[in-house]
Amino acid sequence: MTIQLAAVDYAILLIYFASVLGIGFALRRYQQSSADFFLSGRSIPAWVAGLAFLSANLGAQEVIGMAASGAKYGIATSHFYWIGAIPAMVFVGVFMMPFYYGSRARSVPEYLRLRFDEKTRGFNAITFAAMTVFSSGISMYAMGLLLGVLLGWDFNVSVLVSAVIVLLYIFAGGLTSAIYNEVLQFFLIVGGFVPLVFLGLKDVGGWAGLSERLTVTATQAGFAPGAYTHSWQHMGSPDANPMGVEWFGLAMGLGFVLSFGYWTTDFLVVQRAMASNSMSAARRTPLIAAFPKMLFPVLVILPGMIAIALTTQAGETGFSLPAKADGSLNYDMAIPMMLGHYFPSGILGLGLTALMASFMSGMAGNVTAFNTVWTYDIYQAYIKRDASDRHYLWMGRMATVFGIALSVATAYATTQFNNIMDMLQLVFAFVNAPLFATFLLGMFWRRTTGHGAFSGLVAGTLAAALHHGLTLPRGSVAGIKGGWLDAVLNTYPSEMAQNFWTAIWAWSVCFLVTIVVSLATRPRPPEELRGLVYSLTERPSDEGAPWYRRPVPLAVLVLGMTLVLNVIFF
Amino acid sequence: MPLDIRLPIGMLFTLVGLLLTGYGALSDTALYQRSLGYNVNLVWGVVLLAFGVFMLVLGRRASR
Repeated sequence: MTIQLAAVDYAILLIYFASVLGIGFALRRYQQSSADFFLSGRSIPAWVAGLAFLSANLGAQEVIGMAASGAKYGIATSHFYWIGAIPAMVFVGVFMMPFYYGSRARSVPEYLRLRFDEKTRGFNAITFAAMTVFSSGISMYAMGLLLGVLLGWDFNVSVLVSAVIVLLYIFAGGLTSAIYNEVLQFFLIVGGFVPLVFLGLKDVGGWAGLSERLTVTATQAGFAPGAYTHSWQHMGSPDANPMGVEWFGLAMGLGFVLSFGYWTTDFLVVQRAMASNSMSAARRTPLIAAFPKMLFPVLVILPGMIAIALTTQAGETGFSLPAKADGSLNYDMAIPMMLGHYFPSGILGLGLTALMASFMSGMAGNVTAFNTVWTYDIYQAYIKRDASDRHYLWMGRMATVFGIALSVATAYATTQFNNIMDMLQLVFAFVNAPLFATFLLGMFWRRTTGHGAFSGLVAGTLAAALHHGLTLPRGSVAGIKGGWLDAVLNTYPSEMAQNFWTAIWAWSVCFLVTIVVSLATRPRPPEELRGLVYSLTERPSDEGAPWYRRPVPLAVLVLGMTLVLNVIFF
Repeated sequence: MPLDIRLPIGMLFTLVGLLLTGYGALSDTALYQRSLGYNVNLVWGVVLLAFGVFMLVLGRRASR
């Protein structure tokens, strides 16, 4: 189905493009130093940094992917929010931000150099830079593909136009521009999706009608009636829920390793907090982000659940998910199809703009993280050490240009070799999983040494690869899904279970190796670690501020509310 | 903060709100069959317009 857009829809898209570029150019004259360009001059208020922290992660793949998972797994998908994000966001705000912000490090790799040594930083900087370019390339590819299917737009035009717009606004306004546009995107997503969820719910007969239909969906798929509407009840065994995971793998793999690994060490999100205007604001950034984050399942997962419910048992308007060529349901089309089905022209333009905005700011988030790490941690560290600040500002702009050029190249490479993309994502998963062990030890155990951190990271990465090479998800053949080491030691009930356990293994190996090697090597004297390690850093005090401006009371509130959500949908 | 972010947000939502409200008021009701009979353009346009104006007011007050 291709959707026809009316003039009013194009007008809304144009207003959005004009605003994005306008913001970029209005910020141009404030980009005087490299700190302005890469760190927004550390001037962003907490609420703006918080919404950007949330949106930087809310790329369109996330939006579309979460709806797809909502359709595939039901409400258990919300674990990616309530277990897989909130606790880690609280942790990074309360415990880790004092080092990130307090050390005045300009990036995550730079913190690794201050705390450990050059090689640990180099390892992180290079893998991270490569990762950002590839993710923004994948994002472009996905957008080109979707707009082609949905609107019949030409792939080249979609990719090139969005690349040029993102390029222009970051080139002009740097990180501030990216952050502002992320905040704009946040409101657009809410504005575009609230009416969609409303109409979908109306069609399906409210929550009651939805659960009734999902009971049928669950029984048809061979699960207990509540498998799609209860998040924890069926996690006792991997065979009892559509995700194919059990509670321990879920809590440890997703809730601990993967989630903490992402939210606490990924510079893409941490950069937003580093740009805020004070220590207190930096600590509150992830906490402020946590409030909307815990409610986002309503906007991104619920539409997927509505889509599958209506596919099982048609509603008034006859909506159903399309099938792929092989006859299976195309879950990825849940949100795009619902937009086309329920939205008349006018608001349809708004919905599409929200989708485009999330694609573009997902790209922009990667590009700003890339240009910073490239300039500070690769160019300044290894290529040109003592240049003027002006030169690094110039380099940041150049890095924006070639970062986007490389992303476009990746997008086109993906159209040619789809497998290479899966492969790359896999390799990055190996690199990311152990990183949290390095940070945890580095920040809370002062005995951790540079050699320990580096060997732990390498060993953890290898452990991840090894585990993946020796296991397979049920029903898959050896290859990209695992088992490529010719010996399958364990078969997991699902791909997700395999991922969680790969992460658990990688983390544990990194943790142990780091400890053993650290004990065998010479520690750094305590005075060099001041401000970098928990026991040697003064606690930031926020006495006298009202409770809603203090990290700890906010953190308690966030965790309490998340607990309540888990209980309600248990 | 060099430019108050609430100003561009307010501007965008005010414009989009006006556009949707106007379009919703003038368009044929047959258009709203797919949205279960609700004139979503009109209703949501007014909501977005109110939000846009609210942001503009906040932004202007702060930058004065």
